Amino acid sequence: MSSALIADITAPSVNYYMLAPILIVLGGAVLSVLVEAFYPRESRRSAQIALVLTTLVVAFLAVLNIKVDAILGFTIVNSLAIDGVSVFLQGLIILSALVGALLISENRIDPLGDAFAAQSSALPGSEDELAFTERGWYQTEIWSLFLFSVGGMLIFPIANDLLTLFVALEVMSLPLYLLVGMARRRRLLSQEAALKYFVLGAFSSAFMLYGSALVYGFANSVELGDIAKALSASAANSNLMLVGGIFILIGLLFKVGAAPFHQWTPDVYQGAPTAITAFMSAGTKVAAFGALLRVFYVALSGLAWDLSAVLWAIAIITMLVGTIIGVAQSDIKRMLAYSSIAHAGFLLLGVIAQSKAALDGSLFYLAGYAFTSLGAFAVVSLVRDASGEANHLGQWAGLGKRSPVIASVFTLFLLALAGIPLTSGFVGKFAVFAAAYEKGLAPLVVVAVIASAIAGFFYVRVIVLMFFTDASGDEVSVVVPSFATAAAITITAVVTIVLGVIPQPVFDLLSNALFLK
Amino acid sequence: MNNVAIPILALGLIAGAFAVFSVAIASITGPKRYNRARVDAYECGIEPTPQPMGGGRIPVKYYLTAMLFIVFDIEIVFLYPWAVSFDSLGIFGLFEMFLFSASVLVVYAYVWRRGGLEWD
Repeated sequence: MSSALIADITAPSVNYYMLAPILIVLGGAVLSVLVEAFYPRESRRSAQIALVLTTLVVAFLAVLNIKVDAILGFTIVNSLAIDGVSVFLQGLIILSALVGALLISENRIDPLGDAFAAQSSALPGSEDELAFTERGWYQTEIWSLFLFSVGGMLIFPIANDLLTLFVALEVMSLPLYLLVGMARRRRLLSQEAALKYFVLGAFSSAFMLYGSALVYGFANSVELGDIAKALSASAANSNLMLVGGIFILIGLLFKVGAAPFHQWTPDVYQGAPTAITAFMSAGTKVAAFGALLRVFYVALSGLAWDLSAVLWAIAIITMLVGTIIGVAQSDIKRMLAYSSIAHAGFLLLGVIAQSKAALDGSLFYLAGYAFTSLGAFAVVSLVRDASGEANHLGQWAGLGKRSPVIASVFTLFLLALAGIPLTSGFVGKFAVFAAAYEKGLAPLVVVAVIASAIAGFFYVRVIVLMFFTDASGDEVSVVVPSFATAAAITITAVVTIVLGVIPQPVFDLLSNALFLK
Repeated sequence: MNNVAIPILALGLIAGAFAVFSVAIASITGPKRYNRARVDAYECGIEPTPQPMGGGRIPVKYYLTAMLFIVFDIEIVFLYPWAVSFDSLGIFGLFEMFLFSASVLVVYAYVWRRGGLEWD
């Protein structure tokens, strides 16, 4: 018996050309660890930034390269699927990571250094911490962690079996747990956020792993395609598959921040360094929705009928929780976190609708949301008082009079998040809602439109606060950032407008974006 | 079903019986000499060092050692199946294993350069 098993193992064929973006990013991450080990401390930071930016640019070129030649298929024993959707998502993730890297590299807006603790192992408030800060140290490990996380994000949405999906999930999440806890200011809040994120993340990973085991018990395979075949071959749906499928969905829904698995989102978004919040809200959202779409479209479509009640409930709860609790927030980062929960709810319509139009709409929505959210958090990092970022909404009063440019840019991002025409948010929402309506999901669309209206209220409230309210007298100032953050805000603002005014090129790009089954 | 499960069940029963038997027979027939070391945490009969100070905190260097151990432990986990099917994997497997070991070595280099191997 054992000899038969051994004979089955042969070298897999690996298509390095299709894997190039992932290999480049992970290779860059390993190099970055070497830089940490052998570079002198003074030049480490600039070396890391150069390495990370180069890696991401080269990886993006590698993605474009795949697109041009269109050699698509499975690789490494069907564990990864390179198709139109994966190429689009990988490109989007790398671009978000590039903007995120620009934000993380910012060290002008805080007089003490960048957004990260000088030495994150020093106890908050201790003399060690003071000493490290005075020496002007930087925690440069963030760059290695960042690249590993991006590598995981690149694998997550293209994983074609449940084990690879799980490994990618962990490669993506573990560095993020650390990065969340490394803020320079309000360190206890940041560490609390990291611990919450880690514990809840580990809990949801366990659900996903258990679900994978159950599904393997049903389908005798962890490959998404085989699971779909086993589902269509079985006359009656087995409870094993139903429970397993739901458990896997729980793991994925946690990552996208859908209610009732959203509890971590506001705490983590608030506690994390704002640059990391920006990167997470874009990259993790794109990667996790990519994986959710793939698992649902490729593997679980046979369960769509059985799961529809559950998914409808989750979508409705997510939209309502995101918008109604969002209205009550007084912290700008928590408000944006609830906004991201509401957007997860809108995107779930695209997951439930299961059509080519819904897929296109969801992917466009993700592209628009990623850049808008990156830009919004970038602006949040600029509004500061003496103790750090001024995140309380009251402190934003009258900002439009003192810094009209920054306030206007933030208004643009808020309008895009609200889904006002001529912004990317409107096109994305319209595409997803229209596709959902065509598939007979009218009740969900009605809820989504109502939720959008409620959400519109709290976005507009901030705009009113900035332009039509007098300053409360707090010493809040908008800091002039370095070139990196200025570039990031400009890029995201331009993308938000361009995608809203001329969305057609992106939809043309998406025309051959299909899941390989 | 039965021919697979019965040996496992039997083994479990034997193991359980052996454990119960050992504990019971030791408490019945063994000598009863008490000293302070016997109520300490088991660490080869030596007093656990260093003593937890100020509310049971444990020095972080144990954590580093444990993490480093896990890194090598995981490497071994992957080396075994590769060694077993070395022939069928051929040059590809050798190269992949080389890459894998090299990336583990990178971690080791990082720990070494950061002073993770110095105890004091």
